[in-house]
Amino acid sequence: MADIQSSGQDSVYAKAAKEAVFAGIIAFGLFFLVVGFRTDQNINNELVLVQRWGLLAIFVAVAAIGRFIFAAFITPSREQAKLAKSKAPAAAKVDRRSLKAAVSRFGLALLFIYPFVVILILALIQFAVTGQWSFQSGVQGSLKYVDNFGIQILIYVMLAWGLNIVVGLAGLLDLGYVAFYAVGAYSYALLSAHFGLSFWLLLPMAGIFAAMWGIVLGFPVLRLRGDYLAIVTLAFGEIIRLVLINWTVVTKGTFGISGIAKATLFGIPFTPGPTGFAAMFGLPNSGVYYKIFLYYLILFLALLTAWVTIRLRRMPIGRAWEALREDEIACRSLGINTTTTKLTAFATGAMFGGFAGSFFAARQGFVSPESFVFLESAIILAIVVLGGMGSLIGIAIAAAVMIGGTELLRELEFLKLIFGNDFTPELYRMLLFGLAMIVVMVWKPRGFVGNREPSAFLHERKMISSEFTKEGHG
Amino acid sequence: MEYFIQQSINGLTLGSIYGLIAIGYTMVYGIIGMINFAHGDVFMLGAFMAMIVFLALTTFIGGVPVVLALLLMMLVAMLLTGLWSWTIERLAYRPLRGSFRLAPLITAIGMSIALSNFVQVTQGPRNKPIPPLVNGGVTIYGTGITIAYKQMVIVIVTAILLAAFWYLVNRTTLGRAQRSCEQDRKMAALLGIDVDKTISMTFVMGAMLAAVAGTLYLMFYGVISFTDGFTPGVKAFTAAVLGGIGSLPGAVVGGLLIGLIEALWSAYFSIDYKDVAAFSILAIVLIFLPSGILGRPEVEKV
Repeated sequence: MADIQSSGQDSVYAKAAKEAVFAGIIAFGLFFLVVGFRTDQNINNELVLVQRWGLLAIFVAVAAIGRFIFAAFITPSREQAKLAKSKAPAAAKVDRRSLKAAVSRFGLALLFIYPFVVILILALIQFAVTGQWSFQSGVQGSLKYVDNFGIQILIYVMLAWGLNIVVGLAGLLDLGYVAFYAVGAYSYALLSAHFGLSFWLLLPMAGIFAAMWGIVLGFPVLRLRGDYLAIVTLAFGEIIRLVLINWTVVTKGTFGISGIAKATLFGIPFTPGPTGFAAMFGLPNSGVYYKIFLYYLILFLALLTAWVTIRLRRMPIGRAWEALREDEIACRSLGINTTTTKLTAFATGAMFGGFAGSFFAARQGFVSPESFVFLESAIILAIVVLGGMGSLIGIAIAAAVMIGGTELLRELEFLKLIFGNDFTPELYRMLLFGLAMIVVMVWKPRGFVGNREPSAFLHERKMISSEFTKEGHG
Repeated sequence: MEYFIQQSINGLTLGSIYGLIAIGYTMVYGIIGMINFAHGDVFMLGAFMAMIVFLALTTFIGGVPVVLALLLMMLVAMLLTGLWSWTIERLAYRPLRGSFRLAPLITAIGMSIALSNFVQVTQGPRNKPIPPLVNGGVTIYGTGITIAYKQMVIVIVTAILLAAFWYLVNRTTLGRAQRSCEQDRKMAALLGIDVDKTISMTFVMGAMLAAVAGTLYLMFYGVISFTDGFTPGVKAFTAAVLGGIGSLPGAVVGGLLIGLIEALWSAYFSIDYKDVAAFSILAIVLIFLPSGILGRPEVEKV
C-alpha cells in the first residue's frame, strides 16, 4: 500500500518535472526576444540592442519552477480536497443572508467614519513616535489616504454601480461607459467656466445631459445584440473622446480645461480667505477640509446610486430590466416594451456616469481627454464583472481590491531598498492590474459575489446559484 | 481623379493591414464567440519582435539584403507571436471555456492591459524608430499617381497570405476541423475532432497573420511603440464587425473599406476626424445591416 503510494508520488514528481521543462522551453520562446534584448536609443537617436541574458534566465527559471510547484503540489492537493468534499455528506446550508447584512452594515458604518479613523490613527502614530499629541499633523497626513484611497475608490464604486444598471441588471454590454463620465465632466467644466453656475446646479444638469446622450446612443443600437452592441458602444466612447480632442475651440483639445470652480458647502467656499470654510469655523487653514468634504460628497453620490438601484429593482422597470436580461423574447411576448426598457437602462446608467463626471471635474479642477480613454471603460466593466454582476456589495469589494490595490503600489517605496533605486513600483501598476484581472477571473469566473437574491419571489426568498443566472445577450 | 486614385491606393494599403488583423478577430469570434481584445496587442507584440529581429540582424550580421531581412522578420515574428497567442489562450481563455460569456472578455481585456504594459516595462516607453527598409516607388506613366514600393510589398504579401490562408481553411484537414467547430463544437467533438487543439490552432493562425501585419506596419511607418496596439486593434475589430463577424471574406472586405474610408475622409474632409468617420460609418452600417455586410443573419431559437 505504502509502496503504491510512494510510486504514485514519484510519478507525480516525474510528470511535474516534465511539465516544468516544457514550461521552461515555452517561456524561453516567449521571452527570448522581448526580454533577452532591450532596445535603447543611443546618442544619434538610433536604436541599439542591449543583451539581458540573466534576466531571461530568471524568467525561464520562474516559469519552470512555478509550473513544477503547481503540478507537483497544488494540483494534487486541490484534487484531494475536491474528492473529500464530494465524499463528505452535504453540509447543512447556512443562511448567510444575516451575515451578509451585518457585513454590509459594518462596511457602511466604516465608510462614514473613515476620514476620522485615518486622522485618529495617524495622530496616534505621531504620538507614539514623537510623544507629542498633535491632532493637526494627523489631519495633514490624512490627506493622502482620504484622497488617493477614499475618494479614488469611491469614484470607481459609483461608476461601477452606475454601469451595473446597464450591464448587470439589463444585460446590455456597454464598452463605452466612460463617454458619459466625460459628458458629465465636460458639462460641468464648460458651464461653470462660461456661465459661472455653481456645482450644485450643474450636478443634476450634468446627469441630465449624460442621460440624454445615453438615449441618443441607445436609439440606434436598440436593434443590435451582443457583441455588435459592444463594438458600437466602444465606437461611441471613442467618438466622444476624439471630438473632445479635436474640437479645440470649445474643449481646448488635449490641453484640457483647467481652473474649474470648486464645489461649495451651502455656499461656503473652501478657500483660505476670511469667508472660507476654515475661517468660518475657526479652524487652521488646510486643504484637508475640502478633501474630506469631497469624500462625503462622493460617498453620498455613490450611496444614492446604490439606493436608486435597489429601489428600481423592486419597481416594474427594474423587473423589466432583469427579465430582459434573462430572456428578451419572453419579455416581448409578455408585453414588455423592450425599446423603452433598454433606453431607460441606458439613460439611468448614463445619468450616474454624468454625476460622477461632474464630481470628478470638481475634484480635479482640471479635465482633459486623457482621463476618458477606453482603458477606463474597461476597468469599470472589469470591476462590475469581477464583483459579480448585479451584486452591489461584490462590486464595491472588487473596486476596493482592484483600485485600492493598484493605488497601494504607489506607496511601496521600501521596494527600492530591495531592488535598487532605479526600481519604480508605479511602472508595474497597470501590468499587475491586468494580470490580477486574469487571475481573479480564472479563479472566480462568476465574480466575488456570484449568487443573486431574487427581486421577486413566491413564498420564500431563495438564493439563486450563479449557475442559473444569465448575463443577457444584448 | 488622380488625387482620388492616389488616396484610394493609400487606403487600400492601410486596409490590407487592417484586414490581416481583422481575420484574427473574426476567426476567434467564429469559433468560440469571444471578442479577443488582446489581439491588437498581439499585433503590437509582433511588430516589436520584427523590430528586434531587424536590429539583431543589423547588429550581429551587418548588411543583409532587404528581401531576406523582411522575410526573416516576418518568419520569426510569426513563429514567436504564434507561441505567445498559444500561451495566452492556454492560460487565460481555456480555463474559462464553458463559463459565462463575459468571463473570457474580461480576461482578454486584462491580457491586453498586461501585454502592452509588459512591453512598456521590458522595452521602455519611448517610440522605436527604425531606418526605412524599402525606399522609392513608381509613377504610373502619364499620370501623377505614385505607388511606393512599400505599398506594393504590403499588397503583395497580403494577397499571398490570403491565398495561402484560403487554401488552409478550405482545403486542409485543419481547416475542415475549424469549420466544423465553428458550426457545432459538440458535434465536432463527438466525431473525433480535437476541439481544444483546433481552437489553439485558430489562435495561433490569427496571431501569425497579426504578426505579419505588425511587420508590414513597422515597415510602412518605420516606428512602433507599446501603445500602438490599441487603435489598429479597434479599427481591425471594427472592420471585422463591418464585414460581418465570423465571416473570413467579410473581415478582408471590412478591412479594405475601413482603410478606404479613413484615407478618403482625411483627403477630402479633415484628417483629425478620420477615426470618428470610421466609427460613425460602422454605427450607420450596423443600424441598417445589423449583422454586417457579409455576415449571416443571427437566427433566434426559442
